[in-house]
Amino acid sequence: MNGRATDLVVVGAGPAGAAAAMQAAALGVRTVLLEDEAAAGGQVYRAPATTRDMARSPERRQGDALRAALAGSSVQVEHGQKVWSVSGQYRVDVLGPQGPGHWQAPALIVATGALERVVPFPGWTLPGVVGLAAATILLKAHGMAPGERTLVAGAGPLLAAVAVGIVKAGGKVAAVVDLATPGEWAACLPAMAGRPDLLARGAGWLARLRLAGVPILTGHALAAVAATPDGLRATVQPVDSLGRPIPGGAATSFEVDAVAVGHGLIPSTDVTRLLRVEHWFDPASVTWRPALDAGFRTTRAGVYVAGDGGGVLGVAAAGLQGRLAGLAVALDLGRLSQVQHDARAEKLRRKLARAARFGAAMARMMAPRPGQFAAIPADAIVCRCEDVTRAEIEEAAAEGACEVNQLKAWTRCGMGPCQGRVCGDTAAALLAQFHASDRETTGLFTGRTPLRPLPLDQLTGEYGYADITLPPPAPL
Amino acid sequence: MTEAFDVAVVGAGVMGATTALHLARAGMRTALIDRGAICREASGVNAGTLTLHMTRAVLIPYAIRGRQLWLDAPDWLGMDAGARATPGLSVAFTPAERDMLEHRAAARRAEGAPIELVTPAQARAIEPGLNGDIIAAAHCALDGHVTAYLTGRAYRRALVAAGATLMEQHPVAGIDRAGGQFAIRVAGQPAVRARRLVLAGGVWLEAMLGWLGLHVPVKCLINQLVVTERMRPVMRSVLGIANGLLSLKQFENGTVLIGGGWQGIGDPARGGVEAIPDNLIGNVRLARAAIPALAEGRVARIWLGLESETADALPMIGPLPGIGDAYVIGCVHSGYTSGPFMGKLLADHILDREPELPLFDPARLVQPQRAATLEKTP
Repeated sequence: MNGRATDLVVVGAGPAGAAAAMQAAALGVRTVLLEDEAAAGGQVYRAPATTRDMARSPERRQGDALRAALAGSSVQVEHGQKVWSVSGQYRVDVLGPQGPGHWQAPALIVATGALERVVPFPGWTLPGVVGLAAATILLKAHGMAPGERTLVAGAGPLLAAVAVGIVKAGGKVAAVVDLATPGEWAACLPAMAGRPDLLARGAGWLARLRLAGVPILTGHALAAVAATPDGLRATVQPVDSLGRPIPGGAATSFEVDAVAVGHGLIPSTDVTRLLRVEHWFDPASVTWRPALDAGFRTTRAGVYVAGDGGGVLGVAAAGLQGRLAGLAVALDLGRLSQVQHDARAEKLRRKLARAARFGAAMARMMAPRPGQFAAIPADAIVCRCEDVTRAEIEEAAAEGACEVNQLKAWTRCGMGPCQGRVCGDTAAALLAQFHASDRETTGLFTGRTPLRPLPLDQLTGEYGYADITLPPPAPL
Repeated sequence: MTEAFDVAVVGAGVMGATTALHLARAGMRTALIDRGAICREASGVNAGTLTLHMTRAVLIPYAIRGRQLWLDAPDWLGMDAGARATPGLSVAFTPAERDMLEHRAAARRAEGAPIELVTPAQARAIEPGLNGDIIAAAHCALDGHVTAYLTGRAYRRALVAAGATLMEQHPVAGIDRAGGQFAIRVAGQPAVRARRLVLAGGVWLEAMLGWLGLHVPVKCLINQLVVTERMRPVMRSVLGIANGLLSLKQFENGTVLIGGGWQGIGDPARGGVEAIPDNLIGNVRLARAAIPALAEGRVARIWLGLESETADALPMIGPLPGIGDAYVIGCVHSGYTSGPFMGKLLADHILDREPELPLFDPARLVQPQRAATLEKTP
């Protein structure tokens, strides 16, 4: 095993992780930035994976600037690194292009971003049905639309972003189906006023969609997607403010070959759950978040979280949080005095407050509505890895499973390769709904290594029997 | 005040749950109390190995009976917990391991385990997935495996059907004795009163016995377990190595479970805290050495299970010295295998029925300098 020491390891080179690493490194902290992908940028600033000519978006320009800044910094950026374990104080195990290795550092910034939530509906596991985040990857990395004719459905600002991306990439958008009503969007305006640039961008997206003749159905949700000989039939229906189908509401069907759907983002807490730091359930965004102080310190000394992994607030907040976390590390490692730290942090905190107001409003727009969970049919698969249905989850609940780890043991829900990243939120919501309890009671899946499935041959490497370091034999 | 229970069992693992089940079925008003959910500690997270190759020699008669109870679970427990009979093999890669294999097979055979030495070729006929590099092997016909994570579901159904009162998420803070009854203090709730008490807390038994003024050191092992994603069939036996550092099996769902008692970091207060990466690699290398096709798989998950052990590494099952109507059950090596039998033994003793095999007197383990009977404490 190849182990190297440094002062700070940052996991994830998105906007938060890159900013954190550069801030800390600029203050003399030896910093290693570990990234799974081939280029820094994260999801929003994702680098193209193709030389095809693609539309130049503001994100692309900002991403290129971020990558250039990183390249010019003293941060040691390591690409293609799958972080699979964090242990000790702190040992970060990776599987990289050169096989397994690890880093050792007294400080660790977790900047692993967010996961997409998709609340199950009939047909959500069909080929051609993808997440808004997956559609974003296709668009940003490859300049490709998910299909020739795509229905875009769900909640939050990603809807318009993906729909416009598809139009720009030359695809057709059958419709944008938004759970929220125009009134709900209007209610966000005060919080959005602090970011007139983004407000203008959103208005531009809507204008572009109108120009392309894309119908926008607000206060609607996907009822079902079914396979047809020619592709997919997506049926949508009007819903009330709790996401419940309106009785007698007229359903509309669209013949498409792709559906991009997403119901908001949830913080990726794999690493923080593994490290057993304290988490709290935020009812406004309906997400679990690690408990953080103003320096983005978790409840475990030396572990910091920056960006959406601490609570989904968007890209602007992520970069500012990253810088603040980098400052906190420099302070805690003695590279900055408290006075120096505070002088730098104050202005960042003011900017962050503005960015966070906007981000929190967007997070509320993306929050799932109870009617969405209630509408999941009994035979719909909730856990895609293990094919566990809502009925099986509720059968286990009726037999006495009250929290998600007991549910996992009794049904295998969340035991598959995704470690419950896809189903965990829905399973917890269903348990809470069944028992009329709350998400604090239904809890969180325990974090486990490996954080991603680990090819066994790469983990062991080539070896002989004599190379295995055996502990003493078990007693007779 | 509610009526006292005939018996309160503290600790809802397989030991406590089995004891409670038999007592409830015999007509006792039974409470089963746990600080968490049923069978969520060792009983729900162990490797589920039914093997005599890894059983302490003196416990073999108990393990044989326990294994049969697991296989018969649909009949007496009411639910199949995934117990399957498979051949069991223990193999050796080095001359030192071969000597150990032969010595250990003989010792276990003397206690009644049907373990026979076989040639490497015979071993490969039993387990075609086996590495051709082994130099010796032993075969046991009475092996198999159980899906441990289903244990709680099976027991909970049975306990509910038997009329036992399940008190999950009830952390016990201490136990008082008054008026010939035990008063079990639970945070934020009225005390649970019972005429008899069974402590079945696994690695937490040292603290539990402390409530009664008894000092019994209990060691805590932090056993690492590793499971692969589902993969094509690569093996059909329960497989180990002479040194006891590997247990390997493939379940019907295609996942392969790798155990063997490699240690992680943890303690009774915090539970299993984290795996040690080098121990993961060592354990997995040993597994791949035994079944080379495992190289095709991916590790899906690693976790840790806490195992308890007494000073002499033998169980404590029986009445507590100096305290009437109080009993303990736990610290059984390979305890998951024999658990359904051990719980029945203690239940039979409490019910004044003749146990099929001897209990394991806890009195031998009580440290005299700190021993104090409950009557002496105010």
